[in-house]
Amino acid sequence: MFTNKNQPSGEQSKSMSSYLSPLVQQIQPSGIRRFFDLAAGSKDIISLGVGEPDFKTPWHVREACVYSLERGFTGYTSNAGMPELREGIANYLHARFNLDYDPANQIITTVGGSEAIDLALRALISPGDEILIPEPCYISYSPITAIGGGVPVGIETFGKDRFKLTAEGLEAKITPRSKILILCYPSNPTGAIMSREDWEPIAKVVEKHDLIVISDEIYAELTYGSNHVSFASLPGMMDRTILVSGFSKAFAMTGWRMGYACGHPELISAMLKIHQYTVMCAPSMGQVAALEALTNGMEEKDRMVDSYNQRRRLIVKGLREAGLECHEPQGAFYAFPSIAGTGLTSDEFAKRLLREFRVAAVPGSVFGLGGEGYLRCSYATSVSQLNEALERIGALVALLKKERENKA
Amino acid sequence: MEQVNELKRKVLELLKEDARRTPELLATLLGAEEEEVKTAIEQMEKEHVIVKYATVVNWDKVDDERVTALIEVQITPERGRGFEGIAERIYLYPQVKSVYLMSGAYDLLVEVEGRNLREVANFVSEKLSPIDSVLSTKTNFTLKKYKQDGIIFEDHEEDNRLMISP
Ligand SMILES: Cc1ncc(COP(=O)(O)O)c(C=O)c1O
Repeated sequence: MFTNKNQPSGEQSKSMSSYLSPLVQQIQPSGIRRFFDLAAGSKDIISLGVGEPDFKTPWHVREACVYSLERGFTGYTSNAGMPELREGIANYLHARFNLDYDPANQIITTVGGSEAIDLALRALISPGDEILIPEPCYISYSPITAIGGGVPVGIETFGKDRFKLTAEGLEAKITPRSKILILCYPSNPTGAIMSREDWEPIAKVVEKHDLIVISDEIYAELTYGSNHVSFASLPGMMDRTILVSGFSKAFAMTGWRMGYACGHPELISAMLKIHQYTVMCAPSMGQVAALEALTNGMEEKDRMVDSYNQRRRLIVKGLREAGLECHEPQGAFYAFPSIAGTGLTSDEFAKRLLREFRVAAVPGSVFGLGGEGYLRCSYATSVSQLNEALERIGALVALLKKERENKA
Repeated sequence: MEQVNELKRKVLELLKEDARRTPELLATLLGAEEEEVKTAIEQMEKEHVIVKYATVVNWDKVDDERVTALIEVQITPERGRGFEGIAERIYLYPQVKSVYLMSGAYDLLVEVEGRNLREVANFVSEKLSPIDSVLSTKTNFTLKKYKQDGIIFEDHEEDNRLMISP
């Protein structure tokens, strides 16, 4: 009864896709995935398309995990995560961002920040709720919202505002169905951050319209020049914010799949219900590693941040010298230059860069509203590779200029 | 002053990773002026903080006979000069690659390089041991070098990340 590529199909064959949930069917494959398929298989490509640190997880963290495996620490942990780890997270958030969460009922450890975002949305969404998402942004928010039965509503942010969310921009998209605002600062892909002054008017709007906030602060450790201000630390915002974070970016631990969420006990308890029935608990070895990273990893983290900062200076200067306009990213590890002046769409630009100059970067258009005309370039790659990539980008920009002149 | 020292320390770290980095690149990476970086490097060269720009070679990969020994040397210090004079007598030999004064069971650790075992053994018996104040030597031949100056020789540090990821 199913159609099968390898067998001649029967008379009453039925398409497999007709079984799929309509919520899932409406989801498009991610633009990043599409671009990845283009790049995969080719050799000698320099990739600026990478959304993860180029460092290996610090050795002491790996070693702590190995030791715990040797001692046989391989079972389930409590659903919300090892109590020591939750306490470690609470202490860390207090020390770094002046936040006070009770490890007993306000913190849940998850399978990456990814699961925390999913849990938060699933715990909150009633069908038809509108979820406000400042864009360009991390590619998962909108699809996860849709799978959860919510309606994603993009809020465009602009290069002229250095991609900061403004109160006016937010207010303009609010309707009676608006329920959740998803924040991601420091931002993937723009590198934008928000200062206390930037946050205050946003908090007012959130309060006025009684929104709940999911604040994805996974890049909080990666800021250059000023410290991260957590949205939850603003007066009155703690109880209406679910703070989402994780270990992937700060401690170079993407593969460990360790993240967490913090918030009001009732929200966390709702998320815990879903978590315990779907994944039981975050991986125990990941939890051991995460605890070690929080306890003894700050020095290594500082060293990595220092190194990103050096390369950030290199890429911004290089992109500008290559002839692309580029604002100075203040956080994360992405530069987001404008390619609008070249006359190509971001997709065309990225494709030609890949095919003709063997540099992979992600077209801004995959990140939603406001992303067209930009290119996401990760600088989490070696200085020599960056230099080479910048030269090739310069060569493409020069070539495009010549092509335009020839046409004119 | 603090800032100058901070800049110098960072320049050293970056040059230690790759000695061929230009002042221009260093200045960009550190958010400093190229002139500042040039001055810092010149000063450090003059003060022998930067002693030399060298290349780390894995000689095992070069078809070239070469053996290294680490020799533990016990000596009686000289009145007035301690270990200095003897250390100098030893480090002036071109076969000697490094000399360290050590705490513990022996006094000097001497790294000697030769074309083969015999050459090193001859150096020890004919040059090193006969020195008056040398009490004893213990020669340890190195069989394989795994790591030197913080660099792991067999670690190719492959970048196995996905080409494009979120
Ligand atoms: C903004 C943002 N949030 C969340 C994630 C997911 O991180 P994790 O590895 O913790 O699931 C990423 C990964 O790229 C990200 O960029």
